[in-house]
Amino acid sequence: MPDTITLQVARYRPDADAAPTTQEYVVPLREEWAVLDGLNYIKDRLDGTLSFRWSCRMGICGSCGMTVNGNPVLTCGTFLTDYAPGPIRIEPLANFPVVRDLVVEIEDFLRKLPAVKPWLVREDEQGVDDVEFLQTPAQLAEYQQYSMCINCMLCYAACPVYALEPDFLGPAAIALAQRYNLDSRDQGAHQRLDLLATAQGVWACTYVGECTSACPKGVDPAGAIQRYKLTAATRTLRSVLMPWAAR
Amino acid sequence: MTMAKRSSSEAMAWLLFSAGGVVSALLVPVLLLLSGVLFPLGLLVPEHAHLAAVLGHPLTKVVLLGLCMLALLHWAHRFRYTLYDGLRLKRLSVPINLLCYGGALAGSVWAAIVLF
Amino acid sequence: MSELTRESPAQGAHPLPAGPYRPRTSVFWWVRRRSYLLFVLRELSCVFVAWFVVYLLLLVAAVHRGNDAYQGFLQWSGQPGMLVLNLVALAFVVLHAITWFNLAPKAMVVRLHGRRLPSRIVAAGHFTAWLVVSALVAWLVVG
Repeated sequence: MPDTITLQVARYRPDADAAPTTQEYVVPLREEWAVLDGLNYIKDRLDGTLSFRWSCRMGICGSCGMTVNGNPVLTCGTFLTDYAPGPIRIEPLANFPVVRDLVVEIEDFLRKLPAVKPWLVREDEQGVDDVEFLQTPAQLAEYQQYSMCINCMLCYAACPVYALEPDFLGPAAIALAQRYNLDSRDQGAHQRLDLLATAQGVWACTYVGECTSACPKGVDPAGAIQRYKLTAATRTLRSVLMPWAAR
Repeated sequence: MTMAKRSSSEAMAWLLFSAGGVVSALLVPVLLLLSGVLFPLGLLVPEHAHLAAVLGHPLTKVVLLGLCMLALLHWAHRFRYTLYDGLRLKRLSVPINLLCYGGALAGSVWAAIVLF
Repeated sequence: MSELTRESPAQGAHPLPAGPYRPRTSVFWWVRRRSYLLFVLRELSCVFVAWFVVYLLLLVAAVHRGNDAYQGFLQWSGQPGMLVLNLVALAFVVLHAITWFNLAPKAMVVRLHGRRLPSRIVAAGHFTAWLVVSALVAWLVVG
C-alpha cells in the first residue's frame, strides 16, 4: 500500500472565483483514516483556508456530507483506503448552492423541515404532567426506522427530482413526516396531508430510489414516500367519492 | 403560511397509473411474447376460429378493454413525468397533459370500438 | 408555497457572483449515473406498454375481419423490422414487470396476524401471481 493519497478538492471562494476550481493535496494514507481525517490533515497542516463542515466524526451529527468520487456520503464514515490508490475527488453536496469550498447552503432544507411538523401533534393540549403516552414495542416498530434520520441531506443530494424541482419537499422531510404520522401518540396526520399530498409533495417523486441508496442510516425515504402516496391517494379518493365524510 | 393546494387530480392520476402498472406487468409480457414474437415466427399459431371465439367472449372483451384503458393511463402518467424530468419540459405541462391524457382517451375509445 | 420557494438562480452575467455558487442541472442529467440511466429506461418502458395496446388492437381488428386479414396480419408482423421492434418492446415490458413487482411492496404494507410481512415475501407473492397469470393467459390463447 502506498503511504500517501491524492485528494482533488473542489474550491470555491465567492470573492475570487466565478465557479468552483479543483485543488490537489497529498495526504498520508492510513488504514484508520476516513476522508474527513484527510480533510482535517489538509486544514491543520497544508492549507488553513479550506472550508468544510464537520462535528461528531461518528455518523450522528449529519454535518460532514460531501460528494466523494461522485457519490453523496458522510466523509466521517468513508475510508481513504477504500479509494486507494486514488486520486479521490471531493466536492460539496450536489443540488445545493455552494457557499464556500465544501460548505453548502442548507436554508432550503431548514425551511422545509419544520413545514411538515416533525413533532408529536396532539389535539388535546395535555402535557406530560397530566398524561403518559404509553407505547408498545410493536407501535414503536411502526416508525422506528424513519426516526433514524440525522438530517444529513445526502438524500437531497442524490435526488434528481430535487435537482430539477427545487420546490420539491424532498425525501428526508417526507420520511420525517411519516415518522410522526405512523407514531401511535401523534394526531397530526391530517394536518400534514395538506402539505404532503401536493404537486410539490409526494406527487413530485418519480421513485428513482437513489435517496434510499444514499441514506447512511437505513431510513428508506423512497419507501416512505411510496407508502405515503398510497395513503394520500386512498384518502383523496375517499373524500372525492364521499365528500360528506369528514376528513 | 401559504401552501400549495392538495392535489386530488394528481392522486387520481397516480392511482390509475398504479392500477395500470399492475395489470400491465401481469398481462403485457405474456401477451406480447405470444402475439408479437411466437405467432409471427410461426412457433405457435392459434387457429383463426379459436382466436375469434376467445375474442368473442364477453369476459375477454371486458378484460381487454380494462387492460387497454389502464395501460394507456399508465403510459400517460409515466410519459408526462419522463418529459417533465428527463427532457426538462415542465414549462410545457399543459400541452404535454393534453397529449398524454388526450392520447389515452382516444386510445380507449378506439379500443372500445375494436373490441366490441 | 411561497415560503418554501427558493430564490431564483443568480444570473450568470456577473463575472464574480460574490454569493453562493448555484450549479445548473444539465438536460442530460440521467446519463451521469448508471442508476439514473436505469431509472429513465424503466420510465421509458411505458412507451412500449402503449405500443403493445396499439399492436393488440390491430391484431384484434384483423381477427374480427376474418381469416384472410388474420393471415395478412401475421405476415406483416413477421417482417424482420416488426420482429425486432416487438423483441425490444418485450425486453422493456419485462423490465417494467420486474421493477414494478420489486418496488410495489414498498408502497404496500401487508400484515399477517398483526405482523408486517417482509417485503421479500410480498415481492415473491407478486412474482408468483405473474407466473400464474401468464400461464393462464398462454393456455387460454393457445387453447
